Amino acid sequence: MESLYAITTGVLSACGLYLMLRGRTFPVVVGLTLLSYAVNLFLFSMGGLTTHGAAIIDGDRHYADPLPQALVLTAIVIGFAMTAFAVILAMRARGDMGNDHVDGRTREDREEGRR
Amino acid sequence: MTLLWIALLPLLGVLVPALGASLRRRECSLATAALPALALLLTLAEVPALLDGETLRFAVDWIPALGLELAFRLDGLTLLFNLLILGIGLLILLYAHYYLAPEEPYGRFYAYLILFMASMVGIVMADNLLLLWLFWELTSLSSFLLIGFWSHRSDARKGARMALAVTGAGGLALLAGFLLIGDVVGSYNLDRVLTSGDAILADPRYPLILALVLLGAFAKSAQFPFQFWLPHAMAAPTPVSAYLHSATMVKAGIFLMARLHPALAGSELWTLVVSLVGMTTLLYGAWFALMKTDLKGILAFSTVSHLGLITVLLGIGSPMAVLAALFHILNHATFKAALFMGSGIIDHETGTRELARLGGLARVMPLTAVLTAIAGAAMAGVPLLNGFLSKEMLFTETLETPVLGGLSWLMPALATAGGVLSVAYSLRLVHAVFFKAPRQAPPKAPHDPPRMMSAPMALLTALCVLVGLFPSALAGGLLDLATRAVLLVPLEFHLAIWHGFNLPLAMSAVALVAGVGLYLLHAHLRRFLRGFRPVDARLVFEAAMQRSARHAERLLGHLDNASLQRYMGLLLLAALGLVALGLGQMPSLAGDQPQQPVDGVLLTGAALLIFSGLATAITHRHRLISLLMLSMVGLLVSLTFARFSAPDLALTQLSVEVVTIILLMLALFFLPQKTPRESSLPRSLRDAALASALGMTIASLNYAVLTRDISSISGFFLDNSVTGGGGHNVVNVILVDFRGFDTLGEITVLAIAGLAIFKLLNRLRLFMPHSDAEGRLWCPDRYPMILTTISQALLPLALLVSAFIFLRGHNLPGGGFIAGLITAVALILLLMARGVEWAQSRLDFQYQPVAIAGVGLAALTGLGSWLFGHPFLTSAFGHFHLPLVGDFELATALLFDLGVYLAVVGATLMILANLGKVTTAHRPVKDDHSADTATGKEKR
Repeated sequence: MESLYAITTGVLSACGLYLMLRGRTFPVVVGLTLLSYAVNLFLFSMGGLTTHGAAIIDGDRHYADPLPQALVLTAIVIGFAMTAFAVILAMRARGDMGNDHVDGRTREDREEGRR
Repeated sequence: MTLLWIALLPLLGVLVPALGASLRRRECSLATAALPALALLLTLAEVPALLDGETLRFAVDWIPALGLELAFRLDGLTLLFNLLILGIGLLILLYAHYYLAPEEPYGRFYAYLILFMASMVGIVMADNLLLLWLFWELTSLSSFLLIGFWSHRSDARKGARMALAVTGAGGLALLAGFLLIGDVVGSYNLDRVLTSGDAILADPRYPLILALVLLGAFAKSAQFPFQFWLPHAMAAPTPVSAYLHSATMVKAGIFLMARLHPALAGSELWTLVVSLVGMTTLLYGAWFALMKTDLKGILAFSTVSHLGLITVLLGIGSPMAVLAALFHILNHATFKAALFMGSGIIDHETGTRELARLGGLARVMPLTAVLTAIAGAAMAGVPLLNGFLSKEMLFTETLETPVLGGLSWLMPALATAGGVLSVAYSLRLVHAVFFKAPRQAPPKAPHDPPRMMSAPMALLTALCVLVGLFPSALAGGLLDLATRAVLLVPLEFHLAIWHGFNLPLAMSAVALVAGVGLYLLHAHLRRFLRGFRPVDARLVFEAAMQRSARHAERLLGHLDNASLQRYMGLLLLAALGLVALGLGQMPSLAGDQPQQPVDGVLLTGAALLIFSGLATAITHRHRLISLLMLSMVGLLVSLTFARFSAPDLALTQLSVEVVTIILLMLALFFLPQKTPRESSLPRSLRDAALASALGMTIASLNYAVLTRDISSISGFFLDNSVTGGGGHNVVNVILVDFRGFDTLGEITVLAIAGLAIFKLLNRLRLFMPHSDAEGRLWCPDRYPMILTTISQALLPLALLVSAFIFLRGHNLPGGGFIAGLITAVALILLLMARGVEWAQSRLDFQYQPVAIAGVGLAALTGLGSWLFGHPFLTSAFGHFHLPLVGDFELATALLFDLGVYLAVVGATLMILANLGKVTTAHRPVKDDHSADTATGKEKR
């Protein structure tokens, strides 16, 4: 199970990172979101993978590690704020610069500028 | 405490002219002088204690972990320098009052000057090496401001920059030297350092320490080969030159050598390096002083030369040489400050400093002529003046020093040569300005300046004469204290004018006669030297600066090409390298924990997750499909959390997922629907390879952690959640109680993100596409009826659910975050169904205040615990009973959670509702649907 989990995290990170290396804003934002999912899964697993663990204190039972959970919970919400900011920034950039390239200018623009 | 005030008063004094700039010049000058004058009086008041042989100290810890303490000391050396800095500083202030033109910003000038004075006082009083260094840098900075005071002049700007570059670089070397000293001694405390001279000398790093400290000192005191900055710093207003470049700043390096004398001197290396550098500087400066034609240039190079003289004496390092060095510091400060003031007066009165246009001024400016002549004679070392005494002592010491071994006759010979030159340039200065017939008339008709402008100069000149006549009575006591501070033991000495006919006297006589001869010949000499092309230090320096700027620009052009993709690639590559390095050092990837078994559900889930992740990446050109795939990943992640015993996370992830996808779809509406094919195949492959490599390292890392036994600190939270936090849901208790401060920070970030988005969307005018990528028109039915009806019916139910989730959060899965997200989702659904305008007319409130109120409430709850004498964010709880409702629990954490709830609702709605407003009907719609350029510049 652990290896399966690790592979899944790795694949999701790789997909997210690949998208973040793209040149247009929307795929980058999608990649960022995907990467934050992967990172959350990664952080979550730092407490170990507990099946049928108790989440609520109730006598002497087998509990899941609460600390990574609390950490990831805040990370999810912050991740949302970051995604939102990035995507709105992308919209604003398109509005102000007239294209949706991450550098604010397309390759044609750049070559034109060089000439 | 007095010590602290002595150091602090000038520093506070910086504020006086800065605040009092609206005062008239007279009041401003007086007010500015008050605090330094007080500091001077306080210093003098401590003299009796010093005479008793005490060293006064004051120390409080500043940053104990770094060994930095706010420590000041007052001993003889400090006293000598404090008198120079504060005493001459006050005279300079008086002089500057008359010197500056009426329209110049005197408030600013005084503020810089006092800042400089304060930092100099700090240097000489510091009892901690790091503190000393701090003030050292402050003098570099304030002198930069002073030299560049006439910032409209290019030479002032360049001179200031050069001085800053040289002294600043020296300062860095000095810091390194100090850190090494601290490492050897184990403390930065000056007393410890000064008494650890043997340990420092014995340390193998001693040559390095010495080199670094001397670099700093030589750069500051314009010793060869750093002498070039000082003449260019003469672009400063003359009061600055008189103060910084005669009495104080350039003496800082000298001071440092004297201060650290017990710790660093005493080796042959010290003697050799310091005395030879000093001798070179002495001769170099003296030679160029004779060649210059600018009045201040002459003075600048003569200063370089005299600093060299003091350095020679410190290098020789015998007790009598140290005494001579200290004596010459005092003497040089008096006569050179007087001469600078004289040159300023001449400049002020005639409008020029060029020797060629000056001459015969003795008739029109008799007072200035007399004063300059006396001070010049003191500089030349004419008997019965103070300069003579210390120069005589130099000659004596050079005769006795064993430096250079068999060639030791060279030292007195060179010293005599320096004496010859110094007589020649002093004579030239006085004769050419006041007595020779002028070749050209000066621009202005000169006369003696206002009496008060000459007063400081007259006072200093009088000191030259008096000290020259009664050295023991006037300077003996002070020098006794100062030498005791440098040598750490008292020194028996007697300052006398007459030592009988001896070799030093003969050397003085030679210097005087040969100097006069050299002056008579120097016109021929200059004509001869005109054949050589002079090297202008400024040109060399500027060329070096521009070269390095060009290189830096080229390097920057390579590194920083404004391409996010490249930065991201480099960043990821670096991360890959670091993680791979760490992984490579592990003995084996798998740990000792056995793996748990895999079942069909897990396998299916993982396969789906991997599939949807890959699909998101592969379909990224078709943005909508990619987004749908992304939402699938989010839902599966939520299920993963649920599967591994994290119900809170599953709920949060689910609700965030909804909000995220709605947000991204709304945004996509305004962005191109497809990504053009831009990247070449190799590039895509390269990116894919990089991403896969990173993915593999992340997977390996994760696997390595998962298969090892982790000792977690969570046991504490599990044990104390009920008893300490009053909640059974440990995750929630961690969020609102144990780690409440983190949560407070987090909701603050959320609110800030919301506000930032609000500002970004403000006045954003994006054209709304009228059809999709395939050219199909968007559905004209803006508000579908089924959705409208259901969302309206769902709203109360959803709010109820969120209230329920909120209230039970402390003991069961739920809490402020989840409840807030559910409320936000319900409201967003309504907004989508009925439109922003409809909703706004009914839900008439702003979202920004809600978010801010949430953060405020959480913070106030935290502050509330202060009222009960507990630390920030301590929670309290209790159980209560109400009829009908039954037993229930109230905790302050609930109030905190309410803050979280409000912040989440406010921020989420702020983001989505404001984005929704961009789609409202009254905004411009573009008709043509050439999809990729469907953007419009904002119209203002």
